[in-house]
Amino acid sequence: MPRHKLIASESDGKDNEFSLYYVEVEENSKGGKEKQATRDGKRRRARKGEVSRRRASEKRSTEMSNKRAEKKHEKHHKTTRKEGEKHRKRQRRRNADEEAEEESSKEKKNIKNERTKTLKLEDEKEKDVKKKRKKHVKNEEDDANPGKTKQKDCQDVALKEKKKKRKKPETTSESESNSDSESKDNQAVGVLGSLTPEELEKLKEAVDERKKLITTLKGKPWPMKKKLVILRYEFVEKYEGALGKGKGRKLYAYKVMMMKKWMKFQRDLENFKTACIPWEMKIKEIESHFGSSVASYFIFLRWMYGINMILFGLTFGLVMVPEALMGKPYGSMPRKTVPREEEASAMNFAVLWDFGGYAKYSVLFYGYYNNQRAIGWLKFRMPLSYFLVGVGTVAYSYMVVIRTMARNANEEGGGDDTSFNFSWKTFTSWDYLIGNPETADNKFAWCTKEAIVEEQESRKDDNIHLTRFLRVLANFLLLCCLAGSGYLIYFVVRRSQKFALEGLENYGWWERNEVNMVMSLLGMFCPMLFDVISTLENYHPRIALQWQLGCIFALFLGNLYTFIIALMDAIQLKRAEEEIVKKNMTIWQANLYNGTVSDNSTALPITVHTGNVPRGPCWETMVGQEFVRLIISDTMTTYITLLIGDLFRAVLVQFLNNCWCWDLEYGFSSYSEFDVSGNVLGLIFNQGMIWMGAFYAPCLPALNLLRLHVSMYLQCWAVMCCNVPQERVFKASGSSNFYMALLLVILFLSTLPAIYTIVSIPPSFDCGPFSGKNRMFDVIQETLETDFPAWFGKVFSYASNPVLVLPFLLLLVLAIYYLQSTSKTYKRINMELKKKLQTKQNEETKKKNKLAANELEQARKAGEQRSNSSQHTQNSEPPVSSTHTTTRPPASRGHTASGHLPGHPQQPQKNSHSNRK
Amino acid sequence: MGGTSSKLPKDLLSEYQELTFLTKQEILMAHKIFSELQDRENGPYSSRVSMEKIHTLPELKSNPFRKRICHVFSTSDMKDGSLSFEDFLDLLSAFSDSATLEIKSHYAFRIFDFDDDGTLDARDLEKLVNSLTGETDDTRLTGEEMRQLISNILEESDIDKDGTVNLSEFQHVISRSPDFVSSFKIVL
Repeated sequence: MPRHKLIASESDGKDNEFSLYYVEVEENSKGGKEKQATRDGKRRRARKGEVSRRRASEKRSTEMSNKRAEKKHEKHHKTTRKEGEKHRKRQRRRNADEEAEEESSKEKKNIKNERTKTLKLEDEKEKDVKKKRKKHVKNEEDDANPGKTKQKDCQDVALKEKKKKRKKPETTSESESNSDSESKDNQAVGVLGSLTPEELEKLKEAVDERKKLITTLKGKPWPMKKKLVILRYEFVEKYEGALGKGKGRKLYAYKVMMMKKWMKFQRDLENFKTACIPWEMKIKEIESHFGSSVASYFIFLRWMYGINMILFGLTFGLVMVPEALMGKPYGSMPRKTVPREEEASAMNFAVLWDFGGYAKYSVLFYGYYNNQRAIGWLKFRMPLSYFLVGVGTVAYSYMVVIRTMARNANEEGGGDDTSFNFSWKTFTSWDYLIGNPETADNKFAWCTKEAIVEEQESRKDDNIHLTRFLRVLANFLLLCCLAGSGYLIYFVVRRSQKFALEGLENYGWWERNEVNMVMSLLGMFCPMLFDVISTLENYHPRIALQWQLGCIFALFLGNLYTFIIALMDAIQLKRAEEEIVKKNMTIWQANLYNGTVSDNSTALPITVHTGNVPRGPCWETMVGQEFVRLIISDTMTTYITLLIGDLFRAVLVQFLNNCWCWDLEYGFSSYSEFDVSGNVLGLIFNQGMIWMGAFYAPCLPALNLLRLHVSMYLQCWAVMCCNVPQERVFKASGSSNFYMALLLVILFLSTLPAIYTIVSIPPSFDCGPFSGKNRMFDVIQETLETDFPAWFGKVFSYASNPVLVLPFLLLLVLAIYYLQSTSKTYKRINMELKKKLQTKQNEETKKKNKLAANELEQARKAGEQRSNSSQHTQNSEPPVSSTHTTTRPPASRGHTASGHLPGHPQQPQKNSHSNRK
Repeated sequence: MGGTSSKLPKDLLSEYQELTFLTKQEILMAHKIFSELQDRENGPYSSRVSMEKIHTLPELKSNPFRKRICHVFSTSDMKDGSLSFEDFLDLLSAFSDSATLEIKSHYAFRIFDFDDDGTLDARDLEKLVNSLTGETDDTRLTGEEMRQLISNILEESDIDKDGTVNLSEFQHVISRSPDFVSSFKIVL
């Protein structure tokens, strides 16, 4: 069947035609017919309203009443046959509708729903509206169609019909139906004309009510058919309301139309938005295989990716690109040139891989940037921008993390309620997302375990001395582990400095990458050790997990901080070296000048190749390099362990299983699990390193972005192909704020050293955007002095006076204290209210139970009566409707013919079933 | 609509969007899957898909409540748990990401209400626990444990102490749960 798209929107000023807007698509013949009928109805109504309005404007003369009666009779005879069929249908539908509502309300009663009342109210309102309309229809019949006006209208309508045909000749089927509906149109004149303003108001209110119902329709637990019926019903009604309004009718209709369009637009936007979320399908696939906890890791990863995207945007757009485009080109200054002695190997891959050579002397690192105040034709303040971006990235990260935490806390709501442990376990422990039989098996086992373990845990008190001893031992071992790993890192870093002093060229690959490798290896193997140790402690699984996470966290943190301490040592060394270079530099310069001065006294610019100029060690670049290397090696180890630990193991298990002594799949070394918490921690620490190093190596966010992107795909793939679901399935939501808190701690701890270096160590004298300044933050002062008017600087200096700052800090502390105490009281009040509510609810439910019992009794009686009289009513209904030759067309847009009546076909049976009980 | 016309009519689609928590893509996806299920249906063509066929969907295959889910969402007169496309959409809507807690808890209640009597009594709870723990003997709770667990549950959730958990009590309990909304989901 061809699709007919019909958009009829006539808005000729003269005709004052109601602008009707709809889009129809016909699918199959049945539906098409149906729709045509309803379309007719709609159009008729539109015309009817329009006509009736005009009629209302005319004065109604009394003499017409005689003719009216005659005409009416004639017309009735003609149209009853046509109308009758349709009308009966509609009647049936409406009855069914009411019935369905009754049913649903009854069902609600049965389950003692509190919303019964509101629902009933709604139903009543609906009925009211219907009754009212019926009344209108009757009224209208009584004083029926005025003769003259009707004829006039007839012509009018015909005229319009022609116009319409002219306008859209492609809708042939439409015009056909138009022609045969014309006669009906005459009948349809003036449904609404007879309405008084109050009635109109009421009708409008009802329409608004319906609209509200429609907007909340999504949230109603009704079957689709009923919802559809209500929705379609409403469309019709809206037009009635629109037509009946009189003066502002057109505006109103326009508004309604715009509302609809706006809704559609919003919906499309929503669709578009969901389509734009990256990796949505991937994550959903994983979700359906492994449940929500594994998917939560990937959602976290995606969130991280978003943050890094913004960090990258900041550093790339405001630091790297301006410097590359507008700054002095490569080779123009000593700091932008590879030194002569390194030039030979500067392009070697090994050197570049270590971020030495050309990579070191590029926009990727701090040292490349010039201290020129404004660069390019834009007068871009490079040093200021560099500083502000460094501060901005940290500030933005703080903001995002804290905002997310607050939102999570909000969502969790008063998490202090732990009074429903068992109920939650039974009602909410099943993860409906799980579509993988294996996961389901694990989940089964875990559900039982968790429920019982909880129960046993409270009773267990066997041999407390042994457990105590074991726990002390375990803690001792843990401390040893942590201290040992810390010392190892410190030792390695110190050794690497020794290597560096003696020149790296004499050593092999291992010596060069020792620090990173040791850190990565520790990060890989220590968690396994912790796992073994934690079995000693014999804690409850959940506590054990948290304990283990805490251990890993401590390990990572310790490692990171020893690394930083070692770096600090290195910085001190470099600075000592720098002092020497500075001295040498002056001597060298003096020599140079002496040499040139002797040649010719006119001070020609000294032309020394920039590569030959001696330079300081530039500790900032060194720090940046270290961090970049750390990130690279960390990424590599993650991927390699992924490949070896998961893929290799999976392949081995898969293929060796046939020729092995025991069952590899279920015995030792089965497939690996996806370790959610470990992976999340790894991600968090990785991010911490980014935050720490981003100031000295602007390329870090970009690298991290790359890493996250790759690991998204790699891990998705690895999870799907070689992991089995976890045996212990943990809830995703419960731990999200835990991870966020970890992230916040890491963020804080990683900004500390960065801030320390920025504030207390003077920048190198010959590299970086702050060279030549005493401290890095002097940029701010400089900008204030030169770029802002004098009074601003004065105000600022006053504001930064300790006399003002200290009271301000005090005020802040006081404010925090105040807010905290108020929030505490709010919490308490909340709890009290909750208690009150609960007691009240108890009383009410008791009352309700009694009431409900009574109602049930009544309902049963009523039901019996109805079933007795149902046959009777069925017989009597059609004649009633045929005598009711209302001019109202069917209300629905044609759901009637589909055979199914609205409502829950199961409900009546269910109800009777329950009544019998 | 139906299997013969592979495309959903546009206005119906927009109405479905209005009435469900699903996006356009999801509805189209659901329609595709449903049509596939319909095509696989042997026997006379009908607009409904039998429960067995619905259960072959990977999303429902391992769900212990799959039968209940079908029964709750089915509008079939025969009470056979077969779903029409609209029932199917209802199901997906209730299990979708953006559905409200209220509607989710309502349907959860009806799913757990095994005998359809409007309350969760001890027998419903027993069935519920059994379907959670699986049918094998080693995971199944013993009678004593089961009794203990059920009495614990009732003690917590049965606020009015009538021996059963009704819908409002159930919703009260569920609304406090931190992870009900995130786990009561089915994604195609």
